[in-house]
This record gives sequence, structure tokens and C-alpha cells, in this order.
Amino acid sequence: MSDVLAVVEHRRGSLRDVSFELVTAGADLVGDTGGDLHLAVIGGDVDAFAEELSLAGVDAIHTVAEGDEFNHDVYVQAVAALFEELDPTYVLMGNTVNGLDYAPAVAERLDLPLVTDAIGLQNDGGLVVTREMYASKVESTVEVDADRAAVTVRPGEWDAAEESGEPAVEAFSFDLDESRVRSRVTGFEEVGSGDVDITDADVLVSVGRGIEEEENIELVQELADALGATLSSSRPIVDNGWLPKDRQVGQSGKVVTPKFYIAIGISGAVQHVAGMKGAENIVAINTDPDAPIFDIADYGIVGDLFEVVPELIEQFE
Amino acid sequence: MKVLVTVKEVAEVEEDFELDGLRVADQYLDYDLNEWDEYAVEEAVQIAEESDDDVEVVAVTIGPERSEETIRMALAKGVDRAVRVWDDALDGVDLLDVGAKTRLLSAVVEEEDPDLVLTGVQANDDSFGATGVSLASAIDFEWAAVVNALDLDTDGGVANVRRELEGGVEELTEVDLPAVLTIQTGINEPRYASLRGIRQAQSKEIKPLALSDLGLDAAAVESDLVLTDVYEPETESDATYFEGDAGEQAADLATVLREKGVGAQ
Repeated sequence: MSDVLAVVEHRRGSLRDVSFELVTAGADLVGDTGGDLHLAVIGGDVDAFAEELSLAGVDAIHTVAEGDEFNHDVYVQAVAALFEELDPTYVLMGNTVNGLDYAPAVAERLDLPLVTDAIGLQNDGGLVVTREMYASKVESTVEVDADRAAVTVRPGEWDAAEESGEPAVEAFSFDLDESRVRSRVTGFEEVGSGDVDITDADVLVSVGRGIEEEENIELVQELADALGATLSSSRPIVDNGWLPKDRQVGQSGKVVTPKFYIAIGISGAVQHVAGMKGAENIVAINTDPDAPIFDIADYGIVGDLFEVVPELIEQFE
Repeated sequence: MKVLVTVKEVAEVEEDFELDGLRVADQYLDYDLNEWDEYAVEEAVQIAEESDDDVEVVAVTIGPERSEETIRMALAKGVDRAVRVWDDALDGVDLLDVGAKTRLLSAVVEEEDPDLVLTGVQANDDSFGATGVSLASAIDFEWAAVVNALDLDTDGGVANVRRELEGGVEELTEVDLPAVLTIQTGINEPRYASLRGIRQAQSKEIKPLALSDLGLDAAAVESDLVLTDVYEPETESDATYFEGDAGEQAADLATVLREKGVGAQ
């Protein structure tokens, strides 16, 4: 029997999508072991969140009314207290920025082995986790050689649970040690709202690491101009300061859904794909035929962008 | 003040590679300093440069002798000295889990007694992204993960940080010191090592430490995780590929784009 405790996430008054994916992953993990799926809802409007999370497969929701926003010190203490109370086999959390801000501390404090960024979970008497290595070039399976474990699951890998259910909702209280709450969120800021809104563009020409040098950005700008498109980029281009932050597509940048997304010299790391997989048509130009960008592309050119892009510009001049 | 920065030599896999058991065959691996750690090193060096007080920057790595070459690049960029943890017990370990790394680094922290620890958000090889926060919990430091701006107020005993959340939102957070901060790429512009720096790095210390030097035994690196399989993911591509030379590929793509109303004025 495997009981699972899944910890949901919210930000600024809304549950994050990964919360509903955690329900699916958690229910899969409980499977037919006869165990229970528990959800922990910590902070914010816990009652409203609990109602939204009253889904099929969930046995109990534990609400912890402590603070408005995520605070990792509160989360670690609350999850540890719930773990003591419920004695679950597995603790599931999201492999998000906030997930990675508290899950490792939960695992350390409870002396649980931790596997992060799971893209697959199997529970046949023991836990086997599928995850990626070497920037998605290799997949691996990791067996957990322990009775219990903490796991973070990659957002977008499991379907969001939708079917409603009737779990028990219980307020959970514990003695918060305020002296161990040693960080404070003072605000949020939206980054880079410049003069260009890439989320509004019909056609995006997007440039990645393959462009090699800052001076080569001009080449893709020329293509964007020839196509009447807007220029966007993957993360390394912004990290290098070659384009402003408001041009960044991906998990930490903007999520875009243009009619055409033309990815030039972008390998297609999962964080990037999270921001553009909803595009209607995806074109990929890359030298590496195994680049993950081709997995989601509708049209592909395996070739050197410095040869293909000038030819393409010529076609439209 | 002392800043400890964790660094890791990581292997990057070439475009075409073959597997050898549970590893990528050695000839397809290129070793380099982990990308995130470049930014953590730069941040630490900038803290030292901008402070009026004496700040020592110490790099710590877990890695075999081979990694010294890579670690020396951090020394060439302004890190004062380095500590390299390695032991025969670590030879041939396919996957060192977060718990084991935490035990090793905790022992180094105990020895070095830093005021601030900087790590990269993740390592580009196994991408667990968990060591910094796990370490913070073990050594009872406060922490913040995925930091893309840092303003250190040592007199006030806090670090004011920005954490890069999803969707272009940043969280502004005040973190009590001492702390572990995991550093995101883009927080600064990592410098290139100067010739002078490279020369100076040759005489800087990289101190090797075995488990026994840290008061640990082989049990400290026993992993609860067992790597059981490594394979190339199946490509799921159903893309239409344009073949031929660059001119032909471009012409075929242009036809499709025009058909769908792109670039047709």
C-alpha cells in the first residue's frame, strides 16, 4: 500500500497548473495499492483552493491557513508536520522554481531520498523514476532503494486532473516556529514590458545559441523584417544581453502562441518548449538532426543557419 | 567575510554519441565548468571586489583529479583558493544522490565556516537542481533558489534577492544571513580570465580532501538512488523535412510560408 502526499502550488491568488498535474501523478502512483492520495494546500485562500481541488482520485485535502504567498520556511515546516501525521510513502511536489526552493529542504529534513524533475513514475513494489540527463540528450531510469521518497515532477508531463470528486477537507494546524521563518517576500514584479509584445505577434522568428555571436543577431533581424515577423529568442541570448528580456520565450520568459514560430539555432530545451509548444506551426532550423526542437516541429531544415537564413531572406526580398 | 562557491566540472555530450553501459562513452564527452557555476563564481568575485572589507572567495568541488584543470579556470577569474573533495569510494559511482553531495559539502562548510554560500541553480549533466537548498537545510543556513539579482547588506544581516519565477515574474525576497543562494544564469556577465589571472591561478591552492580528512567514511556517499538504465530517447518527430542544399531548403520553406500567408505582402 502506497500513500501519497502531494503538495500543490499557488501564486497571487491562483492555483498553478502543476497542482492539477500532481493530482494525476499522485493518483497514478497510488494506483491499485489501496493507498490514499492526500493533498496539502498551504497558504492563500485555502478553502477556495480546496474546493477547486476536490477531484476524483483525491482522498483527503489538508489545508494549512498560514500566510498568503509561498514561503519556503513555512512550507518545509508544514510538509514535515503533515509527513509526521500521515506517514506517507511518497511526497510529490512540483519541479517548479518554488518547488526547487523547498522540496530539497523537505527531503533533507525528513531524511528522504530525493529525485527531481521526474517525467515518468512507476510503482511496482518500489519506485522507478524516469528523468532526463545531459540537456535532454539522454533519458535514464533511477530506482529508489528506500521505503520512502520525495519526488518533484516536471510541469506539463502529466495531464491535469479534471473530473470532480468528494475528498474529505480538513484544516490542519501545527506549531509554526516563527524563529525559523528567516526570509520574507516583499513583492512581485513583471519583467520587461518594453515596446514589443512578442505574445501578440502572428509570426515569430526566434533565435538561439546557434547564432554564436552578438553581431549575427542582425542576420535573423533581417529575416524577421523580410517576413514581417517579430524577433524573439531563447534564454542564452537574453542572458548574454544580446536581446532584452521581453524577447525571451520559455518557462521563465513569455508563453507565445503565434501562427508561425521559426526557431533558428534553438535546440529545444524543455524550458524553451514550455513557452512555444502552443504555436500553430513550428519551423526548426538546426545543424543537429537529433535536437529536441525537431520533435515538436512541423517543418524541419537540418542545416547551417548561416547558409539557410541568407537564402531564405533572398526568397522574400 | 568568506564566500564559499560550489563548482562542478560537467560533461557535455556531443551531437553524435554512443552509450557504454550506464554512461555516455568517454570519447563523446567534453568537460567544462558547469554553466550556472560560471555565474555563481562571477557573483562571488564581484562581492569580493565591491566590498570594503576583506572577502575571501573559496571554491569547493566534488570531482576527480581531472577536474582540477576546470577548477583552475575559476581560480583564474578571481577565486582565491579551492577545495577538491574526492575519494576512492567515489570512483565508479554512477549517480551521486543529493543526500551524499549534501553530506560532503556540509563537512566542507564545517571546516571553512563561510558567511555566504553560492551555488549554481543546477548542473547541466544530471540536472537535479537540489544541492544548494538541501545543503542550506543541513547546515542550518537560510536560502533562496533561482536568484537572478543579489544585493548584499552585510551590516543589516540580509541579502535582498530577486527570484526568477515562471512566466516573466520575479519575486523580491529578503533573506537572513548566513544564507545559501542558488544562482541563475544571466545574473551577471561572467568575465573571461585574463592572462595575468591564468598565470596567478597556477600558484593558487587546490586542496584535495578525502572522506577521512572530512571526518567521514564510505557510508557518507552511499546513495539511495540506483541508476538502472540509460538510453537515447526515441525521437517523436513527424516534421516535414526540406532536403537538398541550403538554397533548395530555403526555397521549399519559402513556398510553404507563402502558402500559409507569411511574408506575402
